[in-house]
Amino acid sequence: MAESSSISNPDANSNLSRKRRKIEPKTPAGAPTETGRPRWQNDVEQQIYSLKLVDALCHLRRPDSAAATSRAVRNAADQVLAVSARGKTRWSRAILTGRLSLRLAHINKKHKKAAKRAAVGESRTKKPAVQKKLPPLEKKVKVLSRLVPGCRKVSLPNLLEETTDYIAALEMQVKAMTFLTGLLNGAVSSSAAAGGDSSLADRG
Amino acid sequence: MSSRRSRSRQSSGASRISDDQIADLVSRLQQLIPEIRNRRSDKVSASKVLQETCNYIRSLHREVDDLSDRLSELLESTDSDSAQAAIIRSLLM
Repeated sequence: MAESSSISNPDANSNLSRKRRKIEPKTPAGAPTETGRPRWQNDVEQQIYSLKLVDALCHLRRPDSAAATSRAVRNAADQVLAVSARGKTRWSRAILTGRLSLRLAHINKKHKKAAKRAAVGESRTKKPAVQKKLPPLEKKVKVLSRLVPGCRKVSLPNLLEETTDYIAALEMQVKAMTFLTGLLNGAVSSSAAAGGDSSLADRG
Repeated sequence: MSSRRSRSRQSSGASRISDDQIADLVSRLQQLIPEIRNRRSDKVSASKVLQETCNYIRSLHREVDDLSDRLSELLESTDSDSAQAAIIRSLLM
């Protein structure tokens, strides 16, 4: 469908395809900083997240190769969370891109460390420890930046904004996962009783 | 406060942020952290807020890890179809 419309409008072709991709970030969340909290505290958002998470988890089980390890579940949960953020926050983008380049990052780190060790001897004389006296506040900011994914070199106000969004998202993640755990607990206990329920699970 | 301003000026190479901005963001952070919310929210220093934030994020991470542990165990014992059915049913009701 998109192709036929783009053929009829050759001039607007590129615009159409660009508009399509850019429509999502242009959604009426004009002030993302303000709607950060209500966005994650929305019940609907939580339900959507639960559904997506279950879907991702079921995909995990299909191959049956590595089963559902706790690490895999955690990663799936983080991924779905990051996707729900719709690319508006730094930490979500970091989670999504971190997976793809995980191995590359490991290799790069090793190379960088080796290069750093070689260069440290020179740099020590050039930079005479200007920031040796890190105020304790800065230290905490550093720790915080390490906790929030993808925010190690981010300025302070951005870091604080990312943190507020990240905390709200994490809370929703905990709520949704608690909810799922409770449900599955019930499902496990009642699966023996209601053996014929599998016929109802029509994925429409 | 004046000492903070002089500090921020010295290290303002990368950041020309006003004190008020930081104070505003810190107070917003304050609202999110349950520990600080339950106490008096007026007299909490920025350093305390940051500390509590880090602790809170770490505890949330731990909770997620715990939950994913439990979820992985539960998933192994149920089959995906009945799990999905249960969830969709509960969400529709």
